[in-house]
Amino acid sequence: MSTSTDHGRPDPEATPSALGRDDRPVSDRGDTVCVIGAGASGLTAIKNLREHGFGVDCYERETGIGGAWNWRHDRSPVYASTHLLSSKPFTQFPDFPMPDSWPDYPHHSQLLSYFERYADHFDLRSHIWFGTEVIRVEPAAGDRWDVTTRSTGGYGPERTSQYAAVVVANGHNWSPKLPRYEGLEQFRGEIMHASSYKDPAQLRGKRVLVVGAGNTGCDIAVEAAQQASRCWHSTRRGYWYAPKYVLGRPADQVNDALLAMRVPLRVRQWLYHWTLRLTVGDLTRFGLPKPDHRVYETHPIANSQLVYYVGHGAIGPVPDVARFHPYAVELADGREIDPELVIFATGYLPRFEFLDASVFGDSAGVGRPTLWLNAFTPGHPTLAVAGLVQPDSGLFTLSHWQTVLFARLLLARRDRPERAAAFAQKVRDRAGERYSAHVKDSSRHWFEVGHADYLRAVERALHDLEGK
Amino acid sequence: MSELRIMRGREWSRPVRPARREVLSATPELEEGRPPLLFVPGFGHGAWAFAEHWLGHAASRGFPAYAMSLRGHGASEAAPEATLRAYAHDVVQVAAGLPRQAVLVGHGAGALVVAHALARYPARGAVLVAPVFGGWGVLGAALRRNPSGTLPAVFGGPLRLSRGQLFSRELPDEEARRHVARLGRAGRRAQWALLGAPDAEPAVGAPPVLVLGSPDDRVVPTSALNGVARRYGSAPLLFPGMGHDLMLDARWAEPIDAILDWLEKEPATR
Ligand SMILES: Cc1cc2nc3c(=O)[nH]c(=O)nc-3n(C[C@H](O)[C@H](O)[C@H](O)COP(=O)(O)OP(=O)(O)OC[C@H]3O[C@@H](n4cnc5c(N)ncnc54)[C@H](O)[C@@H]3O)c2cc1C
Ligand SMILES: NC(=O)c1ccc[n+]([C@@H]2O[C@H](COP(=O)([O-])OP(=O)(O)OC[C@H]3O[C@@H](n4cnc5c(N)ncnc54)[C@H](OP(=O)(O)O)[C@@H]3O)[C@@H](O)[C@H]2O)c1
Repeated sequence: MSTSTDHGRPDPEATPSALGRDDRPVSDRGDTVCVIGAGASGLTAIKNLREHGFGVDCYERETGIGGAWNWRHDRSPVYASTHLLSSKPFTQFPDFPMPDSWPDYPHHSQLLSYFERYADHFDLRSHIWFGTEVIRVEPAAGDRWDVTTRSTGGYGPERTSQYAAVVVANGHNWSPKLPRYEGLEQFRGEIMHASSYKDPAQLRGKRVLVVGAGNTGCDIAVEAAQQASRCWHSTRRGYWYAPKYVLGRPADQVNDALLAMRVPLRVRQWLYHWTLRLTVGDLTRFGLPKPDHRVYETHPIANSQLVYYVGHGAIGPVPDVARFHPYAVELADGREIDPELVIFATGYLPRFEFLDASVFGDSAGVGRPTLWLNAFTPGHPTLAVAGLVQPDSGLFTLSHWQTVLFARLLLARRDRPERAAAFAQKVRDRAGERYSAHVKDSSRHWFEVGHADYLRAVERALHDLEGK
Repeated sequence: MSELRIMRGREWSRPVRPARREVLSATPELEEGRPPLLFVPGFGHGAWAFAEHWLGHAASRGFPAYAMSLRGHGASEAAPEATLRAYAHDVVQVAAGLPRQAVLVGHGAGALVVAHALARYPARGAVLVAPVFGGWGVLGAALRRNPSGTLPAVFGGPLRLSRGQLFSRELPDEEARRHVARLGRAGRRAQWALLGAPDAEPAVGAPPVLVLGSPDDRVVPTSALNGVARRYGSAPLLFPGMGHDLMLDARWAEPIDAILDWLEKEPATR
């Protein structure tokens, strides 16, 4: 194992070692790597970089770890009833299993305690600066990075430190995507984005319209079915509603048994359609639209209850919203309904405000960088993104291997520069590569990956980097 | 050792069934920030084998010490169909449940279990004590020294280790008899794995590994001991005159002191 290059923490009182651009003082952090965010992806970045001998400074704008899974955080998208979608084996870090005593699909509070234990077990907190926001990340000479921070909320002075490398792990499920509708401003009812939905008490006794059938929209529709006086669920297309259990086991475990045998996508789609027919049956007879795509061509929904409540008449499926009137919502088929509360479960958009869009190959400036393995940027070998994936299973295994690969790449830059150069060439040649079935065009699918295709690609990249 | 594997579809789609586990512990009066040690007994042994001397001794030198019983052993849940994978799962579960990153110490076939666990948990360090990694050579030696105890195991019966294999003559008879009477057995599938277990995947996190044993061990031939040490790029530390059960034999203090000295010096575990 190589020696640690931890220089201690950046000291605000220390005399700056150099003057950076605009004559701002820049404190030189040597070989230390900067990690932005202490959610699951940031934590695993700290752990894996430390394990490979690097010093790490992590900046976290909140006062605790856990990111999205810490529901005290104002940007946390989880609600009281959130349970995992992917069963334990697909969700835990590959080298730190969740306890045997936990259920197949743990609750969000268990997930937070899992991350807390991970942080304590590997002593990660001493590397994290809490309440500190990264506001600028700029390339400096020699593939280094100037990182500017300040206290969250804009208090206090800005401080710039220079790092050997940066891992961006700021998450992509916190900035709400709110579609525009004609007449929305005139609507007299209450509207909210799902990110502000926390507790079913918010629905009790109301006439509720839920827009969107991602996993959030489906969960909220189910809660509205139980709590609200009326629930409509609007979708702009038909979906495949998959139960959490099939054939007596967590559905993702059954699916992976097929993936392990390398059953081709077409066959898996056929098997899946067939299993769904046997379990939930033909959904169009409930008034749900027929899917306009095959299974795996939209981000998978795992929800055993939605179809059940549709069958009870407690959820009324309706088409896309056309426009709002002061006391009614007009639907695409011309029907009008009169909800008191409209919840937009229309998803989230990625945001990287601290980074110039051109650095990332995000030419349109919409937060959609052009990367290889969803992590590496052409022309910037010391920059990596962790967690910018929307997998058909848990995300943390993917973040883990992304950051292992990055740590080993940084080692290769030092020990086997020709390998690192070959890697950089691959990043240039293959940026933008996809790792999923053909998916429907939607911002929610920008980072969609099939976990098997994706992890196999990472595995190949690791073997190419280190093989003989 | 085989290559790093990231896609583990078979493993994910067939998770190991949980089993209740016995964990004994001895913690120092003063927390000194030393890494916790997790002792993993070999086939037939339980946590008791470490509770006898080593747990308390490690704690008295400032190391929080834990000993577990693999499923089907000691006071853990019965598991006649246990596999090597299930044992490694048990070790990783206990290790990940400790408050801080642990050092894994495996004895006998428990060292093989630890070698597999190291591929699924980034230990601070690992110690392989009189490691039984299996193979035909080890079987040959066991058949020669203890035919009646070994032969049934080949056909799925229990593997019975004898007093002569486990302890030196220095250990008082009565004590030796007490220990032998406590021995249980491993699952037969796990026993068979000793004959042809797939190689362990590489350890994650590149932990330092110490191998130690006795040239007079009648279970592990010196050639096998050297072979295991070579895998981890070192030579074994030797304790002549001791039997296979270094943690129970008369001079039990010497090997544990050597282990703790090593941990105190090794940068990764200091
Ligand atoms: C309702 C819901 C349920 C989900 N369920 C699952 C699931 O079951 N399984 C699954 O795998 N995924 C699930 N996800 C996806 C979820 O995004 C990931 O699980 C996970 O939270 C991603 O971790 P992360 O560390 O990449 O991002 P985050 O958890 O978002 O963490 C990012 C961290 O970076 C910090 N940060 C951001 N910007 C800055 C800055 N400029 N400076 C300093 N700090 C900053 C944030 O404060 C935050 O702590 C779910 C998402 C939602 C919305
Ligand atoms: N663990 C859990 O229980 C859990 C719970 C919730 C969410 N999650 C995860 O969190 C992530 C985000 O999920 P999410 O459900 O919040 O968002 P999402 O997956 O992006 O889904 C957004 C939904 O809104 C629709 N939509 C988007 N823009 C629209 C527009 N302009 N007009 C009409 N409809 C529009 C989408 O339709 P199209 O398909 O047509 O784009 C989709 O149905 C996902 O990875 C999800 O799996 C997990």
